[in-house]
Amino acid sequence: MKSMSKGLKKWRLFALMSALLVFLAGCGREEISTLIPAGKVAQDQFNLLLLSTAVMTLVIVVVSIIYVLAIVKFRRSKVGEDMIPEQVEGSAKLEAIWTGIPIVLLLILAVPTVYSTFDLADVSSMDVQAEDGEGMTNVTVNVMANLYWWEFEYPEFGIVTSQELVVPVGERVYFNLAAADVKHSFWIPSIGGKLDTNTDNVNTFYLEFDRASSELEDGVFYGKCAELCGPSHALMDFKVKSLPADEFDQWVTAMQDEQAAPVEGEMAQAGQELFEQSCIACHATSGVGEGGKTSPNLATFGDRNRVAGYMEHTEENVKNWIEDPQKYKPGNIMPSGKELNGGEDFTEEELDALAAYLMGLSVEE
Amino acid sequence: MSSYAQKKGFGATIWDYMTTVDHKKIAILYLISGGIFFLIGGVEALLIRIQLATAGSDFLSAGTYNEVLTMHGTTMIFLAAMPILLAFMNAIMPLQIGARDVAFPFLNSLGFWLFSFGGLFLNLSWFMGGAPDAGWTNYASLALASETHGIDFYSLGLTISGFGTLISGINFLVTIINMRAPGMTYMRMPLFTWTTFVASALILLAFPPLTVGVFFMVFDRMFGANFFEVTMGGNTIIWEHLFWIFGHPEVYILILPAFGIFSEIFSIFSRKRLFGYSALVFATILIGFLGFMVWAHHMFTVGLGPTANAIFALATMAIAVPTGVKIFNWLLTIWGGSISFTTPMMYAVGFIPSFVAGGVTGIMQAIAPLDYQLHDSYFIVAHFHYVIVGGVVLGILAATHLYWPKMFGTMLSEKLGKWTFWTFFIGFHLTFFIQHFLGLLGMPRRVYTFVGGQGWDLFNLISSIGAAFMAIGVIILLVNVVLTTIKNERVGNDPWGDGRTLEWSIPSPPPFYNFAQTPLVRGLDTYWIEKMEGNKEGMTYSEPIGDIHMPNGSIIPFFISFFMFVAAFGALYFPDGKPWALPVLIIGLALMFGCMVIRSLKDDHGFYVKKEDILKDLEGGKTDGRK
Repeated sequence: MKSMSKGLKKWRLFALMSALLVFLAGCGREEISTLIPAGKVAQDQFNLLLLSTAVMTLVIVVVSIIYVLAIVKFRRSKVGEDMIPEQVEGSAKLEAIWTGIPIVLLLILAVPTVYSTFDLADVSSMDVQAEDGEGMTNVTVNVMANLYWWEFEYPEFGIVTSQELVVPVGERVYFNLAAADVKHSFWIPSIGGKLDTNTDNVNTFYLEFDRASSELEDGVFYGKCAELCGPSHALMDFKVKSLPADEFDQWVTAMQDEQAAPVEGEMAQAGQELFEQSCIACHATSGVGEGGKTSPNLATFGDRNRVAGYMEHTEENVKNWIEDPQKYKPGNIMPSGKELNGGEDFTEEELDALAAYLMGLSVEE
Repeated sequence: MSSYAQKKGFGATIWDYMTTVDHKKIAILYLISGGIFFLIGGVEALLIRIQLATAGSDFLSAGTYNEVLTMHGTTMIFLAAMPILLAFMNAIMPLQIGARDVAFPFLNSLGFWLFSFGGLFLNLSWFMGGAPDAGWTNYASLALASETHGIDFYSLGLTISGFGTLISGINFLVTIINMRAPGMTYMRMPLFTWTTFVASALILLAFPPLTVGVFFMVFDRMFGANFFEVTMGGNTIIWEHLFWIFGHPEVYILILPAFGIFSEIFSIFSRKRLFGYSALVFATILIGFLGFMVWAHHMFTVGLGPTANAIFALATMAIAVPTGVKIFNWLLTIWGGSISFTTPMMYAVGFIPSFVAGGVTGIMQAIAPLDYQLHDSYFIVAHFHYVIVGGVVLGILAATHLYWPKMFGTMLSEKLGKWTFWTFFIGFHLTFFIQHFLGLLGMPRRVYTFVGGQGWDLFNLISSIGAAFMAIGVIILLVNVVLTTIKNERVGNDPWGDGRTLEWSIPSPPPFYNFAQTPLVRGLDTYWIEKMEGNKEGMTYSEPIGDIHMPNGSIIPFFISFFMFVAAFGALYFPDGKPWALPVLIIGLALMFGCMVIRSLKDDHGFYVKKEDILKDLEGGKTDGRK
């Protein structure tokens, strides 16, 4: 068992190296490309891609040879204007060959397909208790997809975050996926294929994260909504931070800390006051709690990589967003700054204060 | 034209087409209206590619983009590809089996008018508060959440045009079963007739699930019926099943006739009998059959579970076998032949690599776990455009050139035709090949914009440039049509010189009764057999010249469709509480049924074309082979 897992690790290292090579050949960005897999699921799928491409290349080569020979050899200009070809009816032998060989090729694809279909759907160890009786053997994340934002709840730890999924490296992470309003689809291309978040039921699958996202140029993996869900479907991005196990544990502990960190700086304190008047009704700022909220939890706002899931993480963008969320994500449900401020636009100072406060919300060191 | 249809004024011509039950004129109506919708869908495609040419573009707003993408898909599938194929089926299939019209000429006309009013209704949404915006698949949770009337236009429009298609399908089935000329056994039918037959059977079986689905959708939105409302015990996945139980066979409804067209072309322009004719027929039937077994491969990521996914993955792979059989038989048809690279043949030759590319990516997507990555990414956009543009649209363009002389009596310019082919073909590959990689690089489909710097910028720009080439190709085709019509150089029975089947044995265009004498079919490629035997008569005939019974035209199909169209507006505005909505709905439906009653009670025995008139046509060289 041990040697097998060691072999598996070596194989993964090899896979990682080959993926790196592919990347160097120019196969997109490692944060998002399915061609640079960074986890078991994406790797399995990438292997299937290679296998099927190889088989299909074989088919294409055979067809191309017959095709090119035919259109070169049998042009009318070559065989003569008046030539009447022999009216061949067909050949049972040939029909058997080009029925039989494709069946064999398909069987070669069918075996790993069926195996992998069941393997990737195997969630039997999801809710297994750890031997020491404390918690589960694996991390579980409940994902709730909302009109253009994502909520991630960690039921075992009693914490909830949004827009940026935080996961441990080297461990199987299970996901319960659901949608709050319309159908969406949860997809982290470089980690593994997608699964729909339905309004009807909870879908369950797992992913594994082999690389710490800090190694990436942008520091995060990119996640996408893959099902048309309305005007801002294109902007329904999320980001993924994969942390080494110890850092992940620290993050969880920090999130579980109900004692809010003191707000530093005059401006941020003014911002907090404003926030408590205008925003707190919808947005929680503590990571402790349950999922299913109407608005994103902002406990980690300052740690985030993007504003609203896709804009650069600057105070300017935070201010723009608060003033007019519809401009940046048409069709989302957040009211404009004017409505939040009792019918008056926020002043520049107020926006500065809010931005300063929000940027200070952090659970990371 | 026959002596019955002398030169007529413009108004008379319009009236003639509005009341016609002649399959050849209905074909022209389908071709014109399908062509117009093809241009509209093409403009929508160009808007999409302009928007996505650069990152973060604001050429189209987010909401408008979703309307454009929905209407592009819906228009191209329901209002362009299908009607244009129906045009060729109507124009050619009765000729290929030696019939004087379809089995139910009145229903043929009704089918056309229902389709065109349905299409018009759908497109009026642009001017009446907003087009549908939930994608051509119209998934239920998003569709129910949509605030404009767009989804209602979609549901009602497709209901109307769907009736039309269903009627056409039944009509073609009955025609092929009952109206074949003596000697035209099933296994002597040309491949295009075979594929029309199988596609019609698919229409018959696949459209009812769609009708049920859109009817549920209409009821949910009009009366709050809650079929798809999860909070009230409804289920949105049911919509996906209903849609794809229709949607997958729909793909074959489109591609099988295209296969038929290419089969004819390969055979004609390599002067060879189709290699493995019976294998091709069997493969067509098998594809049609398997087409109903694979719908859930559109739903691999829905969460149906590994058992369902594995079964549907294997069933999907199985379709590759008969499709491969077809490809190899076509290759062996041209092998050893005498290939003439006319414009239709260029399209057929271009079709093989394009469709093989679309086919192999289809197999890749059949691998369910791999599809978790490919699904709803640009990879799938590339795939289905490879099969639909590389298969269906190339087939339509090929058929346009091939059958233009038979339908209109003039030849499209070969020179301009080849220009169209090359610009369109190069543009097509430029647009869609690169999209496979966009998908693999993580770009989801149906996005109105994308953030730069994710590795997608250059590929999107290349794709948009390709779209411009395709547009140029279509414009050249339009110029070709105009120039050809102005020149008006009439052609004979067999303008390509190597015609093999019955349609090439009669004048171009044929007289309205098609065959002065019903031919006797003596084998596969019956006209070729007569030619090779040096038959001066043109064909062997199964009857002496005599009076021919033909149906009368009727304006009733137009009015049935028109009143259904009117009633649909009542249904559409009913939930808004408009006081006139309910009366419009009821009166519209009442008038529609009234028209049906008139049709049922009024006896119409048709008329006879007199033997003398036929003989007169024959002397003028206006009918079959005899000069």
